[in-house]
Amino acid sequence: MIVEQSPALIVVIPLICALATPIVGLVRKEWCYYWVLLSLLAATVFSIVTMGRVLSDGTIRYFLGNWDPPYGIEYVIDHLNAMMLVLITGISFLVAFHSKESVADEMPGRTVFFYTVFLLQVTGFIGIVITGDVFNLYVFLEIASLAGYALVAIGEDGAPLASFRYIILGTVGACFYLLGVGYLYMVTGSLNMLDLAQLLPELYHSKVILVAFAFFMVGVAVKMALFPLHVWLPDAYTKAPSASSALLAPLMTKVAAYVMIRIMFTIFEPCFSMEMLPVTAVLSWAAVIAIVAGAVMALAQRDLKRMLVYILVSEVGYIALGVGLANRNGLTGSILHILNDACMMMTLFLIVGAIVYKARTRTIADFRFLHRKMPLTMGALVIAGLSVIGIPPTCGFFSKWYLILGAVDAKQWIFAVVLLLSSLLNAVLFFRVIEYAYLEPRAEDAHGHDDEGVIIRMEEAPVTMLLPIYAGVAGIFLFGIYSGEIISTLIQYAVPTCF
Amino acid sequence: MLEFIVGKYNFWIYIILMMIGFYAMIAKNNLVKKIIGMNIFQTSIILFFISIAYKKGGTLPILYHAHAHGEQAYSVAEYINPLPHVLMLTAIVVMVATLGVALAIVIMIYRKYHTLEEDEILKASK
Repeated sequence: MIVEQSPALIVVIPLICALATPIVGLVRKEWCYYWVLLSLLAATVFSIVTMGRVLSDGTIRYFLGNWDPPYGIEYVIDHLNAMMLVLITGISFLVAFHSKESVADEMPGRTVFFYTVFLLQVTGFIGIVITGDVFNLYVFLEIASLAGYALVAIGEDGAPLASFRYIILGTVGACFYLLGVGYLYMVTGSLNMLDLAQLLPELYHSKVILVAFAFFMVGVAVKMALFPLHVWLPDAYTKAPSASSALLAPLMTKVAAYVMIRIMFTIFEPCFSMEMLPVTAVLSWAAVIAIVAGAVMALAQRDLKRMLVYILVSEVGYIALGVGLANRNGLTGSILHILNDACMMMTLFLIVGAIVYKARTRTIADFRFLHRKMPLTMGALVIAGLSVIGIPPTCGFFSKWYLILGAVDAKQWIFAVVLLLSSLLNAVLFFRVIEYAYLEPRAEDAHGHDDEGVIIRMEEAPVTMLLPIYAGVAGIFLFGIYSGEIISTLIQYAVPTCF
Repeated sequence: MLEFIVGKYNFWIYIILMMIGFYAMIAKNNLVKKIIGMNIFQTSIILFFISIAYKKGGTLPILYHAHAHGEQAYSVAEYINPLPHVLMLTAIVVMVATLGVALAIVIMIYRKYHTLEEDEILKASK
């Protein structure tokens, strides 16, 4: 039955469609857009089917080529990655839907190749999340990274150099991950995650395991852009085209965060991750610095996209903080924040794409009268901003609430204070944007300009852009209102039982 | 001490190569030299994987001339572990792809700025 093959189809459909995209482009260039939408819709449907199967029957183990693990590669889908799969396919579908005008506008003549790489990027993300084999994960990690370098490099002026720096750092991260795989293979002789989880506890005293764990954590932290290792991210995501940054910013960091959670709590036992090395303490302090530093750096930016990119650095800090707290509430908040932040960041970056397309600017100071020009887009910006600040009933509130509960459970009062402080900083950030966009300049400020007489015509973004933006806004509210249900049906199974 | 250095020489070689590559990636000003450093870095990891598969006196994990007499490896202890080699074939493909993307981007940079020195590019882009 085709439903039984759904785990493989989620990966295979975008991959085959990516390779067929140039052929579709040969026939008719405009068809590429619809072709990409169709393949991502199919992948979304199969991932929802797979999630339904996981919810009704529990964890799915799919053996590729019918080779039994640990000899063959297997795909393992439990509650955590079933959620990630729906998130990845859904977000990439919405970003592709949004990209019709902006791709033709920003990359004329290169749309066919853009969509090919776009689908390869999605394949990489899905593969990282779905696989149950550590080396297979490395291969998919590199597929996702290579597609990401290409997607960044086609952007504006400084993009190739930003992409080059991303390559250098990204390769270091991936190679460290590969070294971690090598060290684990040296002592266990296995590459299968579940098999490793059974073999490793006897070897926890070994120094080789500690080295492997350290290499894994550093490698993944580079990919995830955790604070001291985030230097590649701001330039790369600011200079990438709107459609690329809307795909990369919400997903790349979250997928890497997923890998970190997998390594710490599936491959290694939670007690090892917490007790053998002071990794949780290091992680949570790095996360706290990331939260504050990201928000402070964002304050200094005049460019909306650059401001969002620094906010992303601080949001990655929230996820790492939840992992570092290592208790039930903290990790629940962290996984919930993966979901919520992907939704918020997608909405915000899509809004930037719409503003760039219509208003031709990203500088916040140029946003005057934008609420009259693009009322619907700016309305969505306000809602997404409120969610980043963390105001109920938007989803940002609930994940922060669980993180604060986790910090209180761990008796780390300073983390709770930092979480509240960062909400204040985010409020300052977004109210600055809202002030420029909504408040009319006073008469003396407008002196010398002839704005007074000008009637601002409404020039709203096209429907293909507004629909995904409002789907994101709906997601922000739904994830917020139904966060209790999301936790009870999906996330509580993802948190290790010993917490 | 001598045992620690000589007995594990494969690890020392891989670490030294890796550090050479790492140094070039961080300290060199020329973009192509950075890419060469990246390649040395990746190659050191290939050597690491291959060296952990080695067994003294091991042979191929293949039953060639199944009917012939002579040396045949039947038990695991007799042949070299083939799996790290297979993994590294995949890793080589990944590394070639990385190299290709990196060189393509360097060409893009050169066409725009007519230089490959990072400080000159930064000066030109400001």
